[in-house]
Amino acid sequence: MKHFLTLLSHETRMLLVSPATYIAATLFLAFMGLIFTKILELYSGTPQELSPASVYFQLFWLPACVMVPLLTMKCLAEERRLGTIETLLTTPVTTTEVVLAKFGAAYFLYAALWGSTVGFFYILRKFSGDARYLDSGPLLGGFLFIAVSGLFFVAIGVFASSVTSNQSVAGILGCVMLATLILGGNALSDSTWLQQGVLKPVQSVIEYAHVFGHRDDFARGVVDTRHLLFYFSGTALALIFSIFSVEAKQLHA
Amino acid sequence: MSETPPAIEVSHLVKAYGGVTAVNGISFTVARGEIVGFLGPNGAGKSTTMRILTGYLTASSGSVNICGVPVATQPDEIKRRIGYMPENNPLPEDMRVSEYLYFRGRLKEVPRRKLGPRIDEVLEVCDLKRVRHKIIGQLSKGYRQRVGIAEAILAEPPVIIMDEPTIGLDPHQILIVRDLIASLRGRMTVIISSHILPEIEVTCDRVLIINQGRVVAQGTPADLRREIFGHSTYRLEVAGEAAALLAAASRVEPTLQITEESVPDLHGFRQVTLTTSRADDLGEALLRTLLAQDVRVRALKRAHPSLEDVFLAATRRSWDAVAAPVRPAAGGNRDRGPEIPTGAS
Repeated sequence: MKHFLTLLSHETRMLLVSPATYIAATLFLAFMGLIFTKILELYSGTPQELSPASVYFQLFWLPACVMVPLLTMKCLAEERRLGTIETLLTTPVTTTEVVLAKFGAAYFLYAALWGSTVGFFYILRKFSGDARYLDSGPLLGGFLFIAVSGLFFVAIGVFASSVTSNQSVAGILGCVMLATLILGGNALSDSTWLQQGVLKPVQSVIEYAHVFGHRDDFARGVVDTRHLLFYFSGTALALIFSIFSVEAKQLHA
Repeated sequence: MSETPPAIEVSHLVKAYGGVTAVNGISFTVARGEIVGFLGPNGAGKSTTMRILTGYLTASSGSVNICGVPVATQPDEIKRRIGYMPENNPLPEDMRVSEYLYFRGRLKEVPRRKLGPRIDEVLEVCDLKRVRHKIIGQLSKGYRQRVGIAEAILAEPPVIIMDEPTIGLDPHQILIVRDLIASLRGRMTVIISSHILPEIEVTCDRVLIINQGRVVAQGTPADLRREIFGHSTYRLEVAGEAAALLAAASRVEPTLQITEESVPDLHGFRQVTLTTSRADDLGEALLRTLLAQDVRVRALKRAHPSLEDVFLAATRRSWDAVAAPVRPAAGGNRDRGPEIPTGAS
């Protein structure tokens, strides 16, 4: 891992000079700002049971499904399309270093964008002058969920980019995979037909991978090691498959 | 005391994928400091062989050693010993030239304090100083090629592998790149593939011709001419009887034979081709003897097959070998050697 930091700083710089990054960032901040404004309007009209922070993180899936593919679709697909992957892998770097650096840079940006939304809560606290609006428990839990789940989501985006040399295909594939993971589990979790005897194991798997359920636990301050294991092992698996995918393309070049 | 291993040593290299054998038992050696040209038609296996040399692709069988280090078992070590410029010279579009070279230098483990002066040096050598702050995507083809070469020589590796470095360049740019490659002679071992055969002839010490995944000829351009054509050819414009010409020519070299003869023009002169197995130049002796024997000679020229002729003949010979059924006796075709194209001079 001798060259990881060189590659990581290069990848981060490349992401910061890419127009796609700024499009993703603008869309994300505009969308999250809109959600936050709507939440404030709702709370100013009628009293609510949940804190604004809990509600804020309920719509995490939309930016995750759109922004993550935008940030990751270019990373390996573009290298392959231009052929620069060949020059990169004929220097003393390993495929693992390349994939991890690309993952690290995309994750850094994803986390930084979410991190910048702390400003919304700071502004609310500053102008309302009421500490109750800044419910630190759900806020910290929500951001912790974003940080942990982001690892897996970004790794899925990197994997999607590793299987094709077409950025658009990588973007769509990443979006579909993330939507299947996040929304598919949610849609199936309430299905009664899954509760039949034979399908019980399937239901338990869906329950284990139920991202919305994880979010609710994190927001309540419950940091379950099973959830952490799910995201960490998922991240590791997606990255290992990305490395295999790059190496397999080399073998069959 | 042990001998220094050659820069590149390839033995019985085979690469097969998708039912196609792209490289089929290639063997060759390149000495240190040598510049070797790699020739072959499209799909001959040049790029695949080069990619295997760099460790980017793995071979199906056979062995490749770079400076004595086996590529198959120590690919990381190999990557420290080579500078590689792939086909079409892929470069990141949105980086500045100096920024790109700095990044590549760091990846190639050039010490940080040496990297700045080394970048200045390669920018100077490749005449890139004027564009060092320009974005690569905005550079012309010639500059981009030079950025690729600068990157390949940046870490001063003992072996440089360049896949068609002069493709798409104008004659002026080709000259610059040719001088650049020639300046590496003796310091680095260079292996380049190209379709521009005069370039290879001028730049390279030795040529390897590859076709259908096999080495069909190798040696210096002069050796190849001898090996492929196996004879010297003289073109004359003479008047008079063929028998008188042959009799006079036999006084110089008994093996001289008339192989081609055109119809006489209005002045009675016709073009005659004489061939002999002798390799040394008989031109002057032939001219003197013919004139002494009162043979009317208007022109005499030794046909000098170009590398292009050698390349075409060598690749045609390999195709013939594959297409033709196996015959027990050695055919006259190989013994006679291929015909020199009419245009050769």
